[in-house]
Amino acid sequence: MKALRKLTWIELKLFTRDPLSLVFTLALPFFFLIVLNGVFGNEVETDPAEDVWRGVGPADYYVPAYLGLVMSAIGVLSMPTRLASYRERGVLRRFRASAMPLWAVLGSQIAIALLTAVVGAVSITIASTLIYGTDLQPADSLAFVPAFALAALSFGALGVLLGSVMPTSRSAQGAGIMLFFVMFLLSGSGPPREVLTGPMKALGNLLPLTHVITLLQDPWLGFGWNTGASIIVASILVGSVALSIRYFRWE
Amino acid sequence: MVRAAGLEPVLLSMMDSALVVDGLRKRYGDTMAVDGVSFEVAAGEIFGIIGANGSGKTTTVECVQALRQADAGSVRVFGIDPQTDRASLRSVVGSQLQESELPNRLRVWEALDLFASISPTSADWRELLADWGLAEKKDAAFASLSGGQRQRLLVALALVNSPRLVFLDEMTTGLDPAARRVAWDLIDQIRLGGTTVVLVTHFMDEAERLCDRIAVFRQGRIIAAGSPQGLVDAHAGDATVHFSTDEADLSWLANSQGVERIDRAGSRVTVHGSGPLLAHTAATLVAHGIAPLDLRTERKTLEDAFLALTARQGGTTA
Ligand SMILES: Nc1ncnc2c1ncn2[C@@H]1O[C@H](COP(=O)(O)OP(=O)(O)OP(=O)(O)O)[C@@H](O)[C@H]1O
Ligand SMILES: [Mg+2]
Repeated sequence: MKALRKLTWIELKLFTRDPLSLVFTLALPFFFLIVLNGVFGNEVETDPAEDVWRGVGPADYYVPAYLGLVMSAIGVLSMPTRLASYRERGVLRRFRASAMPLWAVLGSQIAIALLTAVVGAVSITIASTLIYGTDLQPADSLAFVPAFALAALSFGALGVLLGSVMPTSRSAQGAGIMLFFVMFLLSGSGPPREVLTGPMKALGNLLPLTHVITLLQDPWLGFGWNTGASIIVASILVGSVALSIRYFRWE
Repeated sequence: MVRAAGLEPVLLSMMDSALVVDGLRKRYGDTMAVDGVSFEVAAGEIFGIIGANGSGKTTTVECVQALRQADAGSVRVFGIDPQTDRASLRSVVGSQLQESELPNRLRVWEALDLFASISPTSADWRELLADWGLAEKKDAAFASLSGGQRQRLLVALALVNSPRLVFLDEMTTGLDPAARRVAWDLIDQIRLGGTTVVLVTHFMDEAERLCDRIAVFRQGRIIAAGSPQGLVDAHAGDATVHFSTDEADLSWLANSQGVERIDRAGSRVTVHGSGPLLAHTAATLVAHGIAPLDLRTERKTLEDAFLALTARQGGTTA
């Protein structure tokens, strides 16, 4: 337990010392928010036939989307790159030789994923409220909190899985950057999903971020718990954990 | 310098063994990295492993620690089977791996603090920090350390859980001469504290200075083992004695004890032989009324033994 606590604390410090992680997980989503809200504003489209924003203002639509984007940056980019580089450089070997428990290594990563997701969520929500007057709280907190926890855990587990199967930190980073931007564009955190063409939408449906955003957006906007999305996101969580146990390698 | 009395292999089974390795094998594709290695390390001993690059030293010590899976053979560390009881193994073993790094931005003190937190038996890492000359670098990031400083940190990490048996794989590679001597003194101290040490090294002076017994590896096998002096005596080759004289006839010298061959080049004479050659040669010369001013012997070192052993083709298993 002491090892887990120490390792989590150290990983947190390392995270704040790593510019790449900070840029992708915290700065970039914030930048997208400024640009897209600058373009679309927060006017509700009154004509339902014209509306692509689920009946709310674009800025309100984007808040939960960016919370998901932060989680995905951790899950597909910063965590896999870190784990793969630990393996590549013999850090995991070093841990193993010193009897660092596997659950402490992975637990600290998941803890960092959760913490960063919360910090990202709080800062994005506050910034968006201050600049664009969006809501500071989810419309349905009771449903939103578990949705948020499920989504963050799921991306955390996906990060462990990608970190387990990626052979090198370079491949992890390359694949991660690609996945991050494809998800950004097709999962509803860039252009609203309504304006995507059929094939784009179909591809988007295969991406975890799409379902994470739906899972977060529904309770945030007051549409309640989305059972379909929650089943998909929970499956990603369970599948990632199972495959990680199967494929995790210390070296 | 304190050195335990020379431990003869025969006596070992009667003593407490820290490590018993029997018939260890590990194959990588066509390479037999470790090809039937057996040895025993007594508690409190410093046991050296030397051998050319790729001779299987690292593979052996990592299989012994269950960091790699051996194909065959049995290992006991203080009676513990590393394959079945990893948790007990890790609590008695410290390990400095030949190839491992730490996260670039991790600071020196954080590394020690973290690794100390894993084990309940941990020593005070602040002492290790001072002992291994890292106090000034306490807040430095791992990436900013020099090669030798990194190495010292990794050795300190190997010792942080106060192990009963510590594996040091090329501990002093990359250390400057002064730091190497400091490291040697620290290893002496660790042994005085009762810790058994398995030391893999390419430095023959280090092995000679520190080790009670040494195993020489070649192509995945142990081709010789014994005390440093024993290896020198058995394998370093002829002793030689040099002197100068104008005496024309030295044929009587051939009858002196231990002399095998005499080479002459003008007034310079080289006597080849075995045993305490210098003493016998000197006595014989003086008895014949010759007292050369430049009479001297070449001290054979472990390096001579090593070179002779590893150059030989088709060596025998010790
Ligand atoms: N993971 C591996 N995969 C394939 N071959 C390996 C692996 N590890 C070691 N070998 C091979 O096994 C042999 C022994 O390697 P090992 O690292 O044990 O040598 P060593 O004695 O420690 O050498 P050095 O003095 O260079 O450290 C070498 O031929 C090496 O190429
Ligand atoms: Mg080696």
